Amino acid sequence: MSAPQSQNALIRWIDHRMPIFTFMHHELHEYPAPKNLSYWWNFGSLAGIVLVIMIVTGIWLAMHYTPHVDYAFQSVERIMRDVNYGWLIRYLHMNGASMFFLVVYIHLFRGMYYGSYKYPRELLWILGVVILLLMMATAFMGYVLPWGQMSFWGATVITNLFSAIPLFGDPIVTWLWGGFSVDNATLNRFFSLHYLLPFLIVGVVFLHLWALHRFGSNNPIGIDTKGPQDSIPFHPYYTIKDAFGTGVFLLVFAGFVFFAPNFFGEPDNYIPANPLVTPAHIVPEWYLLPFYAILRAIPDKLTGVIAMFGSILLLMALPWLDTSRVRSATYRPIYKQFFWVFVVDCLVLGYIGANPPEGWFIVIGRIATAYYFIHLLIIIPLLGKLERPLELPASISTPVIGSGAAQPQAARMEKP
Amino acid sequence: MADTAHGRGPGSGDHGGSRRDFLVLASGAMGAVGAAAAAWPFIHYWNPSADVLALSSTEVDVAPIQEGQAITVTWRGRPVFVRRRTAAEIEQARAIKPADLPDPQDDAVRVKKPEWLVLIGVCTHLGCVPLGQKATEARGEYGGWFCPCHGSHYDTSGRIRKGPAPKNLPVPPYEFTGDTTIRIG
Amino acid sequence: MRKIVLTALAVAAACFAGSLPASSSEAIKPPSQSWGFGGIFGTFDRAALQRGFHVYKDVCAACHSMNLLAYRNLRALGFSEDEVKGIAAEYEVTDGPNDEGNMFQRAGRPSDRFKAPFANEKAARAANNGAFPPDLSLMIKARPSGANYVHALLTGYEPPPPSVKLMEGMNYNKFFPGGQIAMAPPLNADAVTFGDGTPATVAQMSKDVVTFLAWAAEPELEVRKQMGVKVILFLIVLTIMLYAAKRRTWAGVH
Repeated sequence: MSAPQSQNALIRWIDHRMPIFTFMHHELHEYPAPKNLSYWWNFGSLAGIVLVIMIVTGIWLAMHYTPHVDYAFQSVERIMRDVNYGWLIRYLHMNGASMFFLVVYIHLFRGMYYGSYKYPRELLWILGVVILLLMMATAFMGYVLPWGQMSFWGATVITNLFSAIPLFGDPIVTWLWGGFSVDNATLNRFFSLHYLLPFLIVGVVFLHLWALHRFGSNNPIGIDTKGPQDSIPFHPYYTIKDAFGTGVFLLVFAGFVFFAPNFFGEPDNYIPANPLVTPAHIVPEWYLLPFYAILRAIPDKLTGVIAMFGSILLLMALPWLDTSRVRSATYRPIYKQFFWVFVVDCLVLGYIGANPPEGWFIVIGRIATAYYFIHLLIIIPLLGKLERPLELPASISTPVIGSGAAQPQAARMEKP
Repeated sequence: MADTAHGRGPGSGDHGGSRRDFLVLASGAMGAVGAAAAAWPFIHYWNPSADVLALSSTEVDVAPIQEGQAITVTWRGRPVFVRRRTAAEIEQARAIKPADLPDPQDDAVRVKKPEWLVLIGVCTHLGCVPLGQKATEARGEYGGWFCPCHGSHYDTSGRIRKGPAPKNLPVPPYEFTGDTTIRIG
Repeated sequence: MRKIVLTALAVAAACFAGSLPASSSEAIKPPSQSWGFGGIFGTFDRAALQRGFHVYKDVCAACHSMNLLAYRNLRALGFSEDEVKGIAAEYEVTDGPNDEGNMFQRAGRPSDRFKAPFANEKAARAANNGAFPPDLSLMIKARPSGANYVHALLTGYEPPPPSVKLMEGMNYNKFFPGGQIAMAPPLNADAVTFGDGTPATVAQMSKDVVTFLAWAAEPELEVRKQMGVKVILFLIVLTIMLYAAKRRTWAGVH
């Protein structure tokens, strides 16, 4: 399948020397996608759209922002009050961060439910986790920039995590700060990196797409496409579906930006940073709460830090921890239930992360933390061996066209 | 976006295709309108902000200026010359026929009160600030201002007389809010 | 869907945590009031804003700064340009240095920021028995449930229960975290005389000044909500059209 000869001579001229139009035609238009993708598959392209919104609004904000401890807070308020539509662009950026994580978390849990991380998409999955890590670092540093109370104390607490490193902990923290506390040098380097990392994310997103296009999307049934009858061209089918999904997303996004712009924020961050007064409760943004809960669940500082980072890094090993040969939870009755228990566990961790480490919150936090690791390290590997999956349909087309009775011999044939 | 021409996949029958094309086209147009509207805040963001606009006019008390003296005030980030001209300087500026000048302009249209000359002190050649505000500075061959960058000479009405500058020194918008107070901008 | 629940939960938990100070310093949740600026179509009542500014100017401004506001911003309260000039001119601001290198005093201009009652935090503390009256520019955004909280605080002074031993110079207010606040009851009936004849009760003054502070914290609120309604309506239409186009495009896929 080659690109159709364009009517436009300039396009033909360019394409002959640098076949970018052929490439785009191949990757966006002909690119065969399984025809049974559900709306859960919208969140990947949605994440890409949010990333673009974040980068554009961020670049615009930087045009009026001053990364200096004496001016940062005021410059943000100047954007909010005096700069034309500054409030809109800042609220888009602020709420966009929450939307980005919301979308990416849904994307991630979708991958878990349908086994999208399994062969041959392990690298695709790992790149996704890398994107998540970069997003967290970017979001954390961005939260410091308005230089409110939560900015300052969040930065203090999180950078202090590195003091848990044996022997070199304190010098590393001093090095991170560029001083003896979070101060102007810290703010400046965080601004610099907050501007840089999103472009790194864009780079990894392209790798993520490259890996995706090698074998194409997984699908709700979790079996490979068996031929042209199972797939449809990406365009126009999924472009229009993604466009519709984007419309729904923008409605939610606009609802927050225009009517509850500080819903995800902390009132304390509208108080300028004061290195002499700590707020009563330091909480990270909601999207980091589950990991914050894991950190606090473990009484030993170093172990807590390792557990927190480990909880994310462990996700990279998921393709090998999961021993089941069946991808989709649709055909894994027991895994399906454990999946939802795991989702609830993450919710509980988030709830615990938002609360002070006192009384029952400690106990529940520890149980939930333990379960998080048990799920990934014990339940997932064992289930693959012990669970008896349901019969898989012969092909993607079969359950749609046929009466639903799959040919038995085709079951478990999807893995090479 | 405008790929509706390709919109015929293998699964879709041609029948109903035109209706789909219309829907896709209409929603594409609607989306384009939305994108254009969304671009406006980003464009307007670059325009002067409210705090900058609030400083776009400056009040100057000119009472302390003696005849023959001048002061420089900052207005919108640029120097504004306020000169209290002597009778001789006014006479000098009015003696010349405007038609003989490189940028013909009558002195009368360049001042609100002949005694007071208000100019934006930026050379119309390449943007240097001309000399001549202080008595110790060179005022050029015509007793006004002299731009040291490329040797433009301005007269006592701030008009270009000699040198590479193409235009007279511009007069900013201003008005007298009292006998000796001027609001520039 | 589940993740939305997670967000809601996490956020609810965060709000809950925020409004739940450490057990040693119990504060009572402020009762909800109905505010004209709440809701999707909320706007600020201009008369209330002007009265609220009056209260701030005559009462609060003795101790509390509003550093993020400039006199020119008062145009949004419905004051004319000349009225704003007049208000600004009531204040002496420091400018300079002049040609002799000295700072000098001049009448305020609309472009000047609100004049702060104290030169710096140290001066403020020295004049207020060691307590620092916080800047009020963002107060409504900087406290959980800000408008309700400030209103409850301003109207919530009462004699301390027998179990509470007040520290010297402190006042009892159950809405303040810890219950003891350095600020004496700021509002007394008829402390100001409103130009529009509204009786200056404590509750009235409090509501008005909270409205003014809410505007000060979110001056973009009206524009934001009006724009929001238009954007949402547009997106609803666009999304419905996209849905129809999607249905149509997919009609032939079996």
